[in-house]
Amino acid sequence: MDPQAAKMIGAGIACIGMGGAGVGVGTIFGHYLAAALRNPSAAQGQFGNLIFGFAVTEALGIFSLLIALLLLFAL
Amino acid sequence: MDPIHQFEIKNFFPIAHFGGYEIAFTNSALYMLISLLLILLLMLGATSSRALVPGRLQAVAEMSYEFIASTLRTAAGSEGMKFFPLVFSLFMFILVMNVIGIIPYTFTVTSHIIITVAFALLVFLTVVIYGLWRNGLRFFKLFVPTGVPIYILPLVTFIEVMSFLSRPVSHSVRLFANMLAGHITLKVFGGFVTMLGAAGLLGWLGAVLPLGLTVALTALELLVAFLQAYVFAILTCIYLNDAIHPGH
Repeated sequence: MDPQAAKMIGAGIACIGMGGAGVGVGTIFGHYLAAALRNPSAAQGQFGNLIFGFAVTEALGIFSLLIALLLLFAL
Repeated sequence: MDPIHQFEIKNFFPIAHFGGYEIAFTNSALYMLISLLLILLLMLGATSSRALVPGRLQAVAEMSYEFIASTLRTAAGSEGMKFFPLVFSLFMFILVMNVIGIIPYTFTVTSHIIITVAFALLVFLTVVIYGLWRNGLRFFKLFVPTGVPIYILPLVTFIEVMSFLSRPVSHSVRLFANMLAGHITLKVFGGFVTMLGAAGLLGWLGAVLPLGLTVALTALELLVAFLQAYVFAILTCIYLNDAIHPGH
């Protein structure tokens, strides 16, 4: 196989990992919304935790995007 | 119509030569200077009157101060407030650079990993050095959580060390990748508009859809620009908390 083609395919496969991060981020915001509707007065205090959880979850998807970018442009 | 073209670094004039490398004034440096001037103008303009009932400008400055101060206090306690200048400067600088980057034909400084790595390493080294200076060897309790059964403790410690070491990577790549991916998406959709627009009258009708999407994506990018600056600031606060209060 042409190495360039293999790189492109690898980058595409690496991006599948971002789907997992998508599921995770959706879970975090969905559960936050559900909890916020049950107890709206406590919602504002948990905003920092929400963003922290979002950032940590998103990092894993970002790692797979990084692999894709490395394959496309750096390696 | 290359979507990567917008991230090109252009040399304006050389400043110095250092060991075979040229240190030049680039468009990246220009936009950093513009951001710095904007923040200085905002803060100096806001604090010049010091009215009891704040005007618009003063309200913006007070809100951003309170926003970061409350975030830092919640995450790192009142002792963390000695790091307020660091966190506030990082937040304002990244926020202004992100927001300037959304304006068409400008340059997004934070879309270059060298810039974000510099920020992330600044935070990481601050945490390590201050943590060791303040706590001494007790700083390493960070890696040994209490209340974990002894037979899985080595594994947990290994995972904690690895997650601590991968912090600067994720901290910097998150900001960089979000800015890069968002701006590439904008340019790709902009490219659809010009491609369809060149295809004649039917193409003009079809071009309305990507044009509308570009507007919507620009609004989303504005949200992302703010959110990523906030995420960078709140993660800085949480990492600083580890330096101030190690041990879980």
